[in-house]
Amino acid sequence: MSEKIATRDIYGQTLVELGRENSRVVVLDADLSGSTKTKLFSKEFPERFFNAGIAEANMTGMAAGLAAGGMIPFASTFAVFAAGRAFEQIRQSVAYPGMNVKIVATHGGITVGEDGGSHQSVEDLAIMRSLPKMTVLCPADGPETGAAIRAAAAYDGPVYVRLGRGKVPVVFDQDCDFTIGKGVTLRDGSDLTFITTGLMTAEALQAAAILAEENVSARVVHLGTIKPIDIDLVLKAARETGAVVTAEEHSVIGGLGGAVCETLAEGCPVPVERVGLRDEFGQSGTAEELLAHYGLTAAHLVEAAERILARK
Amino acid sequence: MLTDQQIRELEETARHLRVEVLKMLHTSQSGHTGGSLSAIDVMTVLYFQRMRHNPSNPAWEDRDRFVLSKGHAAPALYACLAGCDYFPRDDLKTLRRLGSHLQGHPDMNKTPGVEVCTGSLGQGISQAVGLAMAARLASRPSRVYTLLGDGEVQEGQVWEAAMSAAHYGLGNLCAIVDQNGLQIDGATEEVMNVGPLGPKFLAFNWHVLEVDGHDIQAISRAFDEAEAVTDRPTAIIARTVKGKGVSFFEHKASYHGVAPSDDELERALQALALH
Ligand SMILES: Cc1ncc(C[n+]2csc(CCOP(=O)(O)OP(=O)(O)O)c2C)c(N)n1
Ligand SMILES: [Mg+2]
Repeated sequence: MSEKIATRDIYGQTLVELGRENSRVVVLDADLSGSTKTKLFSKEFPERFFNAGIAEANMTGMAAGLAAGGMIPFASTFAVFAAGRAFEQIRQSVAYPGMNVKIVATHGGITVGEDGGSHQSVEDLAIMRSLPKMTVLCPADGPETGAAIRAAAAYDGPVYVRLGRGKVPVVFDQDCDFTIGKGVTLRDGSDLTFITTGLMTAEALQAAAILAEENVSARVVHLGTIKPIDIDLVLKAARETGAVVTAEEHSVIGGLGGAVCETLAEGCPVPVERVGLRDEFGQSGTAEELLAHYGLTAAHLVEAAERILARK
Repeated sequence: MLTDQQIRELEETARHLRVEVLKMLHTSQSGHTGGSLSAIDVMTVLYFQRMRHNPSNPAWEDRDRFVLSKGHAAPALYACLAGCDYFPRDDLKTLRRLGSHLQGHPDMNKTPGVEVCTGSLGQGISQAVGLAMAARLASRPSRVYTLLGDGEVQEGQVWEAAMSAAHYGLGNLCAIVDQNGLQIDGATEEVMNVGPLGPKFLAFNWHVLEVDGHDIQAISRAFDEAEAVTDRPTAIIARTVKGKGVSFFEHKASYHGVAPSDDELERALQALALH
């Protein structure tokens, strides 16, 4: 797990590949193409790239129109603006009609860092997940991002993909598969299960290794799809380990933690600890400082595991 | 009319503020250089000559309000606020640090003198419209100023705000567009042409002025004229240079969100000292 790659870099490269394979793939951005990495696509396919300017709501509506006209649009900007600024356009023009639009948001979560709380989305997974017909993806690393973007392109319908700003440890193999709606057990264990998404999956793997030294057997289940959630895998983990710790770079309300709790409450109620932002906005700082400040590190996951074992 | 002496003093203040901006961005090694430097002269005239405000009592009800709608130019705002003694100059070193009251984008709950939270482009001007409505409702003499980017005005919300400000006849509102011709992805005309701006604001029933945004006298005169127009809001299109004051930052989209390196800071400070 020493190699580190930014998921947005893989996104940019994958878009170019998709562009070569399919002339119906078009890309939109809102004055952030250097940061979201859609610039790579714009250089190779200038006639299929549309910079909406600083106008996210219109970008989303144009993407819907392009999809209605038979194109496969990928629309990108930072997560706060993608999910937030254009929320109602996503609801009415994309989700409600079930339009084939891929919203790929970069700079999700607090690892945006120094720009501060105004730019750190801690709610995008929750609001996107609440929309009927919407599929919500949150890959763990570079390789999984490439596979997830390809899966999103192949799927006919609205998809929201959340990516990050910084480089994150590589967890998956270079040629990994991605099936929308399926989670992956990355480490087996019997005492508790970490159910994680995004960059927290690498932290959970580290936490499980630390716990193993204390003779605690922790399973790690990664959900690259937040919605539709992999109900079978989540219930199986709860049944077999009897305790669940969720972890996400997001509010504990409505995202992965919320989705897992809803699933368990209906299917297999076991004690749960949710690791994430506790109903608060972020602030300026480096990505690493913020992860530590808001309790999103392997060490915090070990503590959460100890708490849940005491509740079992 | 400003006297020659006043102009010289304000120019000197602006030069100091540019130095502060560069130093703070160099320390944080993160933040927006180009758009902070292009806005300095307009903000200098506002904070050091035009606005009625009281740094020792930031909550003074009758104060004029400034809303930095292009919130990423926070370093320019923090330099002005520190220069007016809203907080110690030393705080500027903490820009963008964990726990600092100087967040990456302006936060009214953290920084004395910051009126509203901005950072998501297009939203500041609507809040400025609301502040102007509140001042009128409360019969306060306050004027409200808001500074926008020329990329920011691509947001539809800006034109919704423009529509309502004219509809309510907000003569106490003045919007300034920092027209430096650049946004992140390149020239505003090439990315998404929203021009011509003057005729657009005019068509929205605003009073419109166009000035050299680095000419202190011209800026000040524009604010005089804006204040004299009481039945409608005024838009001042300020022609500026992104990165103004440091030749190797000027006219470059690539310095939008890049902080000066050690070497760049040294050369920039030398250049500013020679002015
Ligand atoms: C709603 C929104 N979309 C995108 C951004 C990201 N962003 C920050 S600055 C900027 C470019 C601003 O250009 P302009 O308004 O011309 O500012 P200036 O040239 O004065 O720096 C963008 C796109 C943002 N802050 N808010
Ligand atoms: Mg500009």
